Amino acid sequence: MSKFDLTRRGVLKTGAITGAGLALPTIFTSGASAFTNEPMGGTVTLGFNVPQSGAYADEGADELRAYQLAVEHLNGEGDGGMLNTFSSKVLEGNGILGKKVQYVTGDTQTKSDAARASAKSMIEKDGAIMITGGSSSGVAIAVQGLCQEAGVIFMAGLTHSNDTTGKDKKANGFRHFFNAYMSGAALAPVLKNLYGDDRKAYHLTADYSWGWTQEESIAAATEALGWETVAKVRTPLGAGDFSSYITPVLQTDADVLVLNHYGGDMVNSLTNAVQFGLRDKMVNGKKFEIIVPLFSRLMAKGAGENIKGIHGSTNWHWSLTDEGSQAFVKSFGTKYGFPPSQAAHTVYCQTLLYADAVARAGSFNPCAVAEALEGFEFDGLGNGKTLYRADDHQCFKDVLVVRGKENPTSEYDLLEVVEVTPAAQVTYAPDHPMFAGGALGQCNAG
Amino acid sequence: MFGLNKKDTTFLLIVIALTLFTPILMQPFAEGSGLAQFNGGYPDLMQKVAIFGIFAVGFNILFGLTGYLSFGHAAFLGIGSYAAVWMFKLLTMNVIPAILLAMVVSGIFAAAIGYVSLRRSGIYFSILTLAFAQMCYKMAYSVLTPLTNGETGLQLSLDDPRVLDGASEGHSLPVTNIFGLPMNASYKLEALGHVFTFNVGFYFSAVIAIIAFYVAIRLFRSPFGMMLRAVKSNQQRMTYTGLDPKPYTLAAFVISGMYAGLAGGLLAAMDPLAGADRMLWTASGEVVIMTILGGAGTLMGPVLGAGVIKYLENIFSKINEGVLHQWFSFLPDGLEDLVIWIFARFTGEGWHLTLGVTFMLVVTFLPGGLIEGLKRLNKRIKGGSKKRDKYDDPDPEHRPEPGKHVA
Repeated sequence: MSKFDLTRRGVLKTGAITGAGLALPTIFTSGASAFTNEPMGGTVTLGFNVPQSGAYADEGADELRAYQLAVEHLNGEGDGGMLNTFSSKVLEGNGILGKKVQYVTGDTQTKSDAARASAKSMIEKDGAIMITGGSSSGVAIAVQGLCQEAGVIFMAGLTHSNDTTGKDKKANGFRHFFNAYMSGAALAPVLKNLYGDDRKAYHLTADYSWGWTQEESIAAATEALGWETVAKVRTPLGAGDFSSYITPVLQTDADVLVLNHYGGDMVNSLTNAVQFGLRDKMVNGKKFEIIVPLFSRLMAKGAGENIKGIHGSTNWHWSLTDEGSQAFVKSFGTKYGFPPSQAAHTVYCQTLLYADAVARAGSFNPCAVAEALEGFEFDGLGNGKTLYRADDHQCFKDVLVVRGKENPTSEYDLLEVVEVTPAAQVTYAPDHPMFAGGALGQCNAG
Repeated sequence: MFGLNKKDTTFLLIVIALTLFTPILMQPFAEGSGLAQFNGGYPDLMQKVAIFGIFAVGFNILFGLTGYLSFGHAAFLGIGSYAAVWMFKLLTMNVIPAILLAMVVSGIFAAAIGYVSLRRSGIYFSILTLAFAQMCYKMAYSVLTPLTNGETGLQLSLDDPRVLDGASEGHSLPVTNIFGLPMNASYKLEALGHVFTFNVGFYFSAVIAIIAFYVAIRLFRSPFGMMLRAVKSNQQRMTYTGLDPKPYTLAAFVISGMYAGLAGGLLAAMDPLAGADRMLWTASGEVVIMTILGGAGTLMGPVLGAGVIKYLENIFSKINEGVLHQWFSFLPDGLEDLVIWIFARFTGEGWHLTLGVTFMLVVTFLPGGLIEGLKRLNKRIKGGSKKRDKYDDPDPEHRPEPGKHVA
């Protein structure tokens, strides 16, 4: 096995060099910084961890665009976007605390394992001070746990599960996006007006954290109206073809189908449902209806014709006319040539909110940042008055109930806002049973 | 030494030296230099290399020696992880019991799956193991959700009992440790513009990897290893000589499954989360590729293959278009875009393509894997400029060539 001779010599040489290195006075240990990845030079690195492959890749790509835009705006390039309309004015367009913002990206592959590995390498190798992203609640929860252990802030992206700020909430994790409970609370009154209070609902649910809580929330909200839940069927994430799940629906006397799916899954299941003629069916003397509790423009685009007249809820839509939304749509449109999705909006807001919290705290220390975010009230980021609640690190703001537009004027004009449900109506107590069982714990600075 | 002959002892010592100096060897470029992107000496990657090295060495005991190609080894990796995380939840955050349980549980599963699968050989065996692994994956993903937490993956929580650790003080999650020394503790050394990270978790995995490697050497050189090779070269003849190959193959399968369980347990010890994705058939395929890429049937090959694949996965996948723009900004605009477009296919999320091409080239030109490449290189260096061709036969007796371990 003499083939290792060369390497052995190499090893010895390297060893000698290290020995010399040890003797040099330039020795740092990890004890030199006060917290994980304290930015030392003139730059600060943020880690953008989004799905670039898998069922949520479209959302991931749009999130990445918004992140890049946010970084530009923070560094004073471009037109500043929502920095101009944001109610907090401490950000000056010179980076964060005078340090230029840099970023690294990672692919979560919509898998918890891969997402954690990628977040880990961003923290350990690239020195990211904050991790943000995730287009799946399972992934977001997994990465949030990692960030808590590693001692960096996690700004959740597109994650709608109650668990993210419920039973799996963490002191270092923050969520701007709304959640399943809020969807249910916002949708229920609208559904009652539209479809009455005597309906039988059949649930198809993506089989993971988000799907479960979405199903639970919407079932609770509709049962409170007097609806009956016929069945709850779980489908695997990324199933591709949902025909085998749609056929059994026809054999029941259900007259409403609730699709607790998101992204590519929802596009496929809705298309299958329409192909099976569900929307033209009459059951119990009533027209069969389909509901998609969580909606986005990207999904509407994927579903095409089928989405028309279908109701759902969304965090934000580009057609909103407030100052903040318009500023964001304008700068995003100028850079990329099309309007942003709700995923893009929420991650853009999260990046700004993080930068703002650092600036207000005057420190990158995760504990100081967390303190600055807790109980923070702001406006001008497209959702009206918003509160970052200290009890569970969840944002409370208005929720939009939307409908697939019957006569779209362009390929982006696919949704119309039916109702803006005020924040008060979707607010719940921090110890609500759907959110119980977890604890924030203490912030960890590494 | 340790029951090894002189050559093997040297070999083992070299492996030990290489492993111990990994944090330095994998950090060849100065911090802040353009090539720092290619540094791999951060804890997560080093741990992964060591752990997947163990996984591949174990897989090689089955595949390299007996020739049985298991396509479901990731199941044992996943089972090991789940067992370890449950140990962290129920008993203690100390990694030792977790790893032991991981090995025991995966050993039991391996015995059961092996008992059924080993009734067939060749492609049927591969398909059976694949089927079992997919069953495990599906069950972990949905039916066994109370046990595995489904898609989110099994995680620690504050209200876990952790009987031996007593009531947890404070409000943050405990970290995995070995008798109080946390796995994520690191010592950073800055020297000559380089930053070297010496991580407890890595050294723990490395020590276990060395032990696992030593056991594998002993196994390879033992009469038992000889029996396994006999199974590979001609099972029929072995049966005719009055030997029953079944106990040997089953033993190899269980040992190899326990290696996978050990690797799974270590993965959980480094990062206490067990996800079902770990058991997916692509993960099983990965270890097959690692072993073949490095050189099946050799001792060092699988470790080398594991290192190469994990390095590609973690480093190449992070070269996004922004980074490429920095590299090629000196080129004229049109050409720059073209070059970036081409490179972008092979980096970032396209790293699989790089892996595929590498694998293809290795299998085509170096059927013995990267190890064969190193051997040839060594021979070339030793042989100097002496010209050799295939008629210049170093083996005038025409002994049969050793089998190429490519399925």
